[in-house]
Amino acid sequence: MEKITGAEALMRALEHEGVDVLFGYPGGSIMPTYDALYDHKKTLNHILVRHEQGAVHAAQGYARVSGKVGCAIVTSGPGATNTVTGIADAMIDSTPMVVICGQVGVAMLGTDAFQEVDVVGITSPISKWSYQIRRAEDVAWAVSRAFYIAKSGRPGPVVLDFAKNAQTGMVNYEPADVDFIRSYDPEPDVNMADIERAAKLINASVKPFVLVGQGVELGNAQEELKTLLEKADIPCGTTFLGLSAIASDHRLNMGILGMHGNLGPNVMTNQCDLLIAIGMRFDDRVTGNLATYAKQAKIIHFDIDPAEFNKNVSVDLTVLGNCKTTLAAVTKLVDTAKHTAWIEGFKPYAEKEYNKVIDRALHPTEGPLLMGEVIRKVSEAANNEGILVTDVGQNQLMACRYFKFTKHRSVVTSGGLGTMGYGLPAAIGATFGAPDRTVCLFVGDGGLQMTIQELGTIMEQGAPVKIILLNNNYLGNVRQWQEMFFAHRYSFTPMLNPDYELIAKGYGIPAKTVIERQDLDAAIAEMLATPGPYLLQCAIKEEDNVLPMTPPGANIDEMLLEIK
Amino acid sequence: MEQDTTKLYTFLIYSENVPGLLSQITAVFTRRQVNIESLNVCASSTPGAHKYTVTANCDERMARILTAQIEKRIEVLQAHYYTDDQLFINETALFKLSTPVMLKNPDVGRLIRFHNARIIEVNSTYAVVEITGITNDILSLFDALKSMDCVLQFVRSGRICITKSRVEHLDEYLAVREAKRNALLKN
Ligand SMILES: Cc1ncc(C[n+]2csc(CCOP(=O)(O)OP(=O)(O)O)c2C)c(N)n1
Ligand SMILES: [Mg+2]
Repeated sequence: MEKITGAEALMRALEHEGVDVLFGYPGGSIMPTYDALYDHKKTLNHILVRHEQGAVHAAQGYARVSGKVGCAIVTSGPGATNTVTGIADAMIDSTPMVVICGQVGVAMLGTDAFQEVDVVGITSPISKWSYQIRRAEDVAWAVSRAFYIAKSGRPGPVVLDFAKNAQTGMVNYEPADVDFIRSYDPEPDVNMADIERAAKLINASVKPFVLVGQGVELGNAQEELKTLLEKADIPCGTTFLGLSAIASDHRLNMGILGMHGNLGPNVMTNQCDLLIAIGMRFDDRVTGNLATYAKQAKIIHFDIDPAEFNKNVSVDLTVLGNCKTTLAAVTKLVDTAKHTAWIEGFKPYAEKEYNKVIDRALHPTEGPLLMGEVIRKVSEAANNEGILVTDVGQNQLMACRYFKFTKHRSVVTSGGLGTMGYGLPAAIGATFGAPDRTVCLFVGDGGLQMTIQELGTIMEQGAPVKIILLNNNYLGNVRQWQEMFFAHRYSFTPMLNPDYELIAKGYGIPAKTVIERQDLDAAIAEMLATPGPYLLQCAIKEEDNVLPMTPPGANIDEMLLEIK
Repeated sequence: MEQDTTKLYTFLIYSENVPGLLSQITAVFTRRQVNIESLNVCASSTPGAHKYTVTANCDERMARILTAQIEKRIEVLQAHYYTDDQLFINETALFKLSTPVMLKNPDVGRLIRFHNARIIEVNSTYAVVEITGITNDILSLFDALKSMDCVLQFVRSGRICITKSRVEHLDEYLAVREAKRNALLKN
């Protein structure tokens, strides 16, 4: 057998895993690997980003929409530390990703060598697995294990710290296929007794309510969820990350849970007699005050990660396993039911929210543009079949509220970490993960500037990201909190903005600014009709607020519909 | 007033023998503001498996969360938490005592015998005394010796313990995993 370098072994191992796109940035300690990559350009499409944070977020966007493992590759030291935010983001949002960092040779480890940093030490607490490859012989095994861990069970980010001598060392390469780790059980057996108990609780319930989390998408259990909901006639609410697990217009979809969600699902959380949480983790943005959260209800929690059980909310029954399997099993045992009166009960809340909030957000007749109307118009112009990518802030909350979904795996947003700067690179990744779909990015004037250099990546790749910049000349979300909870003291939230149209044009990206309402439809149509990337800047009302809102720490059913 | 529901829990953790796991385990505690009282790491009776014995004060809910978060680390085989009544417990301590003081004060020798401690080395400068037992016994001997002004050095080990249960959880777990591996190999 011919010997090859560890770097070449990495290329073959990545190909063996079915990797077709890599997002990366070269540097000293990863140069042997980049040299090997030069001969694999046909199979491994390397996308040169403009900052390593962009590489990880792009890998996340790619993974979210494709269901495959995203892959990023960077150099040691500053290259590696630039990936930290994306790794933490992928960890809390359960995104499958493998990050390969260069590292100095083992002989130099611990000497404070040039661009040496303790990558495994830094990333262990924020990754699912972090491992240093010290010998070329370990490449095949480590890569296979990394991909297996990243995608199995509750997915997450894995870091491979690739020492330079392992890249240059020679090895007899044989592909590895890790599909078993003794100390790690990603697909625990389903306990039929728990399934029976769950079915019994559901059959006995008069006012059942389902909380849909991203676990449904990660487990590919969208059909199983729908079948259960329809058979037992159970209304549901979704988290932000679970938004596209069920069609927005499904008659049993009552809307969004949590702080900036919809009134009905939040009120009914505290009125149902059975709460069925599926693939979600009771984040504080979803639950509000835990002391009053769903105290009247029995609670069932379906999840693949046993560490999520009874972590924030004490529940009556836990059902461990992949919800694709557990939901199907429960559905067999539940009775066909009708909960007409209970479901009708959501209506007055929906109407109230529509009259006080939604109608105003979607159909203003005067004054500056509002985020809600822009978002809904883009969504509809894309046939409600687009992929929604957001940054963080008011743009995110509004986009999640007003974008509509008919297709699964269609929402890419930083939920748990709330990472400003996530949107632009994640949208680039999404165009590679779902090349046939329209990728719509909603981003604020603050967040866009956090990773604005990725416009260079878009330019070079022609990545067809439709960038809708919701420019309110403020760090709007923080400004809203200052208005509500800090007596209008706008401490460092107003912002002087550059000419974004000019910037886009500098990158060769067609751009337009809309100020008047009457120009909006045509501008959106032009954006969508233009092949490739496009930046549409919308001049948004400066001091608008995202409503309704449950103030931090308040009871989840006590949502403010207006600010007094 | 809120009732204090914290007590001392002992966490027994089994892992594969890989470097870097200790810091992952301790990070689970520190991140949740739980101080580790004592820590012991050694190879276990199961080949290839390491055993961590950790004690910490917390309430039962936290003990459960810590255990689940530790078990979530990829190379951790199993983690359980126990209260003292579920365990056979031992600790060891060593004292280095001043021989001249001991010779002057016969109470020192009496105290050592009273506590069933053992003198393992004596010379004209110092004596080394060893005691095994539970924390309280060891600390009461320490306090008494300290008051006699003869302690030159003192060290106490982390807790080690064995479960009273008749079930060996680790062996059962490994048997189940081995069966799963074999089933996978057949497919
Ligand atoms: C990296 C990072 N820094 C700071 C924050 C805190 N933060 C949350 S929203 C927000 C304002 C965002 O402003 P902008 O991007 O203009 O969006 P808007 O809310 O105006 O839509 C800030 C500063 C954050 N989430 N992430
Ligand atoms: Mg803004």
